[in-house]
Amino acid sequence: MVDSPNVHLLPAPEHELKVLGRTAPGAGRDQVIAHLQAAAREVRRRDVQLVAAAKMGHLGGEFSITDVLVTLYCHVMNVAPGREHDPERDRFILSKGHTAAALYCTLAVAGFMPPEQLRTFVQGGSKLSGHPDRRKLAAVEANTGPLGHGLPIAVGEALGARLAGSARRVYVVLGDGEMQEGSNWEAIMCAGHQKLAALTAVVDANGLQQGARVAETNAVEPLATRFEAFGWRAVEVPGNDIGALLDVFTAGPDPAGRPTAVIARTVKGFPLSFASDQVAWHHKIPDAAQVALALQELEAVA
Amino acid sequence: MAGEVTPTFDCRVAFAETMLELAAADPRVVVVVADTVGSSNLGSFRDAYPDRLINVGIAEQDLIGVAAGLAGAGLKPFVSAAGCFLTARAMEQIKVDLAYSGRAVTLCAQSPGFSYGALGSTHHSAEDLGWLRTIPELTVLAPVDPVDTAGALRWAASHDGPVYVRIGRVKVPQVNPADLAFRPGQAVQLADGAHVTLVATGAMAGAALEARDLLAGAGVEARVLAMASVKPLDRDAIGQAAAETGAIVTVEDALVTGLGGAVAELLAVTRPTPMRMVGIQDQFAPVGDPAYLFEYFGLTPVAIRDAALELVG
Repeated sequence: MVDSPNVHLLPAPEHELKVLGRTAPGAGRDQVIAHLQAAAREVRRRDVQLVAAAKMGHLGGEFSITDVLVTLYCHVMNVAPGREHDPERDRFILSKGHTAAALYCTLAVAGFMPPEQLRTFVQGGSKLSGHPDRRKLAAVEANTGPLGHGLPIAVGEALGARLAGSARRVYVVLGDGEMQEGSNWEAIMCAGHQKLAALTAVVDANGLQQGARVAETNAVEPLATRFEAFGWRAVEVPGNDIGALLDVFTAGPDPAGRPTAVIARTVKGFPLSFASDQVAWHHKIPDAAQVALALQELEAVA
Repeated sequence: MAGEVTPTFDCRVAFAETMLELAAADPRVVVVVADTVGSSNLGSFRDAYPDRLINVGIAEQDLIGVAAGLAGAGLKPFVSAAGCFLTARAMEQIKVDLAYSGRAVTLCAQSPGFSYGALGSTHHSAEDLGWLRTIPELTVLAPVDPVDTAGALRWAASHDGPVYVRIGRVKVPQVNPADLAFRPGQAVQLADGAHVTLVATGAMAGAALEARDLLAGAGVEARVLAMASVKPLDRDAIGQAAAETGAIVTVEDALVTGLGGAVAELLAVTRPTPMRMVGIQDQFAPVGDPAYLFEYFGLTPVAIRDAALELVG
């Protein structure tokens, strides 16, 4: 049931998203990976239909971070539907807030909102804004949209967890282009100085920003070296490989007490043949034929 | 009246004392600074609560984001930094991370207005009231004396939303009764009068009271309202003053886009009333210490009197 009863609903998608919830306690690694891969497929399948129907979204970046999102929400993080206000929940901040549609689909697949609510995406009066709004959706931790805001907030959350003597963790997802924002480096310096081991920053390193390649615009690499120089532990990982993500995220905080940067080497638009690593697909809207092709290709991935 | 308007108090003292009081009363109270312990008079707080004073260094954007995150973690952050940098450098964080996100963070703007004097316009915070009152859901306060300052901070600690509070540095008289219970959106009538109303905020309440004495000498009876709350404005007190005295002079140590603009916007719609705005017009300051600058910009009893006489003389 949609809790915004008067909001216009986008047409029902050909494939509505299936709620898969979180992985079963005690599930083996293979089972967990299978569950997360299925969740990622659900998210991408719904996302491409959602962006096409709403004629708004950032499909390329939504597809590049989907595997990170489902791994965190469906398995790694200590969060659950109904516990959105539990002080001990882990915190997640989508600093690259323009990929909100992927977050909403992930929240739906994990059971935080009914899939039908996705049909209100960016419609008048909806709780699902083009960028996440914590006052409209309880599972959202921070209002983001302007780049360079999420990481400082995550630093504050991690400092707060330490003051409370809590072992809760804080995760923030940033774009690689977003690393051009100076505020991130203020926060990275602060987190390194404060030795915030509870903090994990995931950089969605898909190599593309809105207008061109990151490397051709204002190079941010070598990201791992830069994080390390600021007192962080840095880990490179193939960011669309759920098994690899799982291993990184379940490894625990740095024993040396440093915050962790996960440089997720992703492909923008992954795994679509027509959108992968294409700068145009930053916020291009797929037409009906492209939606059909995407659904077909996502089916094949399964 | 003269004894009551002797400028004696540096509101930073009230700030430091009140922060200790709030921290003792509520373990969630933390202070976040940007290398501004000394300039915020927070040495005693750091000694008493070393874990609850977080210094992010010279990084104002991070400062506000960290405070928002601390609020998300269940704490009651008070940010303290120089008003000029706190506002302009982190305006988007104030808008998005605090106001749009509904985070209960209190911004304590140190050395507001022209407190930094000859350090120059880079260090003046004259634009703050005008800038910040345009941000939805942000309360904007410029306490007029130490009683007001303490009251505003106590109220902010109990408020579930973002608050901006100027912490005065230039010496001001105590104009409010010591037992005043601060309430946002509520002016304090310091003196009554029938011919004109002087509405003063920030460091200007004492000068307004002195101007009232000067006006009395010219046969003009001035009402004086202390308006610490630039947003929300006390609509009733302004409306009543317009109806009963028919002329309004706003007085602020800031650009007139602050209190003056706010009062004018209100009255233009509800009861068009002749006004003068004492404050800074569209310009940067010359070189000079605060006393020089207050004189230069007409933030003086004589200039306030003259503005009032233009309306009622």
